[in-house]
Amino acid sequence: MDMAVKDHTLVSNDSDIAIGETDADPRPLAIEARGLVKRFDGTLAVSGVDLAVPEGAIYGILGPNGAGKTTTLRMLLGIIDPDEGVRRVFGYDQPHDIGRLIGYLPEERGLYPAMKCIEAIAFMGALRGLPLAEGRRRGKELLERHDLAHAADRQIRQLSKGMAQTVQLLGTLVHSPRLVVLDEPFSGLDAINQGKLERMIRALADDGVTVIFSTHVIHHAERLCEGVAIIAGGKVPYAGSVEAARDRIPAQVRLETRAREGGWTAALPNDARREGDFFYFSLPETGIEPLLRDLIEGEAGILSLSIERAGLHDAFVHIAGEAAARQLEADQSGAAS
Amino acid sequence: MSAFDQAAADAKPRLSRLEAAWVIARRDFVAVLFSRAFLFFLLGPLFPVLIGGIAGSIGKSVSQQTVSVQVGIAMSEADSAAMMAASDNLRPQLGSFLPRLTNVPEAHGNPDFDAREYMEARRGNYAAILTGTIEQPELVGTERQVGRWSGPVQMLAAETRANAGTDFPQVTTQIVASSAAAERTSRVRTAQAAQMVLFLLTILLGGMVLSNLAEEKGNKIIEILAAALPMDAVFMGKLFAMLAVSFVGIIVWGTFGWAFWAVAEDAIVTVTQTNYRDLPGPAVGWPVFISLGVIYFSMAYLLLGSLFLTIGAMASTVREVQTMSMPVTMLQIMVFFLSAANIGQTGTPMELTSVIFPLSSPFAMIARAAIEETLWTHAAALAWQAFAVLVLVKGGSMLFRKRVMKSGSGGRAKKRRFWQRRSDTAQPAE
Repeated sequence: MDMAVKDHTLVSNDSDIAIGETDADPRPLAIEARGLVKRFDGTLAVSGVDLAVPEGAIYGILGPNGAGKTTTLRMLLGIIDPDEGVRRVFGYDQPHDIGRLIGYLPEERGLYPAMKCIEAIAFMGALRGLPLAEGRRRGKELLERHDLAHAADRQIRQLSKGMAQTVQLLGTLVHSPRLVVLDEPFSGLDAINQGKLERMIRALADDGVTVIFSTHVIHHAERLCEGVAIIAGGKVPYAGSVEAARDRIPAQVRLETRAREGGWTAALPNDARREGDFFYFSLPETGIEPLLRDLIEGEAGILSLSIERAGLHDAFVHIAGEAAARQLEADQSGAAS
Repeated sequence: MSAFDQAAADAKPRLSRLEAAWVIARRDFVAVLFSRAFLFFLLGPLFPVLIGGIAGSIGKSVSQQTVSVQVGIAMSEADSAAMMAASDNLRPQLGSFLPRLTNVPEAHGNPDFDAREYMEARRGNYAAILTGTIEQPELVGTERQVGRWSGPVQMLAAETRANAGTDFPQVTTQIVASSAAAERTSRVRTAQAAQMVLFLLTILLGGMVLSNLAEEKGNKIIEILAAALPMDAVFMGKLFAMLAVSFVGIIVWGTFGWAFWAVAEDAIVTVTQTNYRDLPGPAVGWPVFISLGVIYFSMAYLLLGSLFLTIGAMASTVREVQTMSMPVTMLQIMVFFLSAANIGQTGTPMELTSVIFPLSSPFAMIARAAIEETLWTHAAALAWQAFAVLVLVKGGSMLFRKRVMKSGSGGRAKKRRFWQRRSDTAQPAE
């Protein structure tokens, strides 16, 4: 795979891979990965993943279930080692060497059921080097801030699923990490808690924390992320900014005219199609102005004209393919139900 | 930036392996120690001991009450007195080989007393009844009792007929502490006892490690641990936590055992037919021997525990853990037998094998400590065992990272035939 970097965007151009700072985005990289490959018993789970996540960014790993998101995150965190390729977190090859700087919320939430909330948070901090007493103090503050002060001395097994999930998230953040990795953080949360989590992620980024999360719900990534990596079938066909992904697809034009036929139709782009009273086509590379001139001169009688920029979902379909998009939609509806 | 954040930023970026192991060990130790299950675990072994002790003491008491060694005398008053005197004269030399003689009250002044009828009527509590005269004594009783006491009664009658008591010459004695052969033989008993205690404790307590990681996989906590800390530090922390818990168990059981011994020493000696106070001293002396025992128990526990931990990490359910642990338990029993069979055969190929093979090494070496005085071999063996623990922990943690931390299959390796293992087609993994 040949990729190059534009604004931390990996673009295939048949040249050597280059990941790093550019003039356009001077921020250093929190995470960089090149050609990560992971096989399980000969089965290729992840094939040549490249990522470049600048510090302070909110970055999404987007893909259907089974695409290789969790395996990629586990390699980035040093839980498993890649069979091929390199990964660096804040410049370190071994993420455990900077465990203090990282917070991780796995997809499968786990806490000791008999532990009290405050102790669970303090313990998770202790795993990252925070003294227990300080962890308890910070945990108390965090619980109060999230309206869970009353649950501080309750055992995890006594909490609702949502509350337990929040406690685990607080445990992920208690040691003030500089990089927070969240694996499917929105799964299992109701709409209100999803909104709270989105706000929490934005607040972290505002404080300069790099947040990377995996999701199969495009809307979360679209609302939160400045960069995404699209994973499908263990490969990353796209990694870069959300804007650049959307720019991969030309804007769509919807045109409504009084005249149904006429010489002006020859001015429409080749991909124009009629659906009812409307014509749909991609925005020409030359822009809308020359087309407008031709339509006016041809007396098409423009009733309405709108230009819509492609969404991340369209970009995903365009990049990952229809099959991956269908699976993603199935995952989303499955998660919603 | 708050003061805490500043402190966090200034702190070193990661925990050392020792610190990481300590974080895990501290949590596990406290969690296990203050769980209700541990209380039951502590009490478990006490019940059979307690019940065994009670049953033993009851059995002893009943036995003393029911098994009579009294032989009743239904002779003339003069003959009875002479037989009693002869018994008193010979008892210092013959002790329990002589029956305890006692007059049968029903026969006193009753010339019609029929000993046979009396015994068949199951009256009295006599092993047999002696009637007749000193010249012609007659013993009435069951075949077994008559067979047992005929000889001693003959001796008593012969002593009585001698009129004057037999004069026994004084034997001058010289006591030596032990002969070399006797000392070595008796120390083998100490070695056997120590090996058995070590083995029982290891097997009994090693099982606690088994389900430890399987439970954490069930709780989904393992991924948090694996993300935060090196896996070998996690393994080591768990091992030492369980070792510490085991020592708590040993201290509790030891205290109960000591208390039990204090109140029921006689019963224990009677029931086990062993006087533990007479257990021969080990070659290295008791203080060193006990210290080595503690260290070798730790090593045996860590060696077995690291294997059990790896098994527990590979398994995803407690049932799988139990199934997978069976071969290791059998192996442990085999290495124990290997060590036990070679006690006292220092330097033979089999004994050296049991010393070198890590799992049997602690058992073989504690036996050596009982029999041999050499100490440097223990230092070498402990270094070797510690190295083996490190290798097993490292290997177990590597295996865990390689095979267990997969997603999409519940942390379990999907079985694939060898011809399927080279397919590089991208497969769903998540």
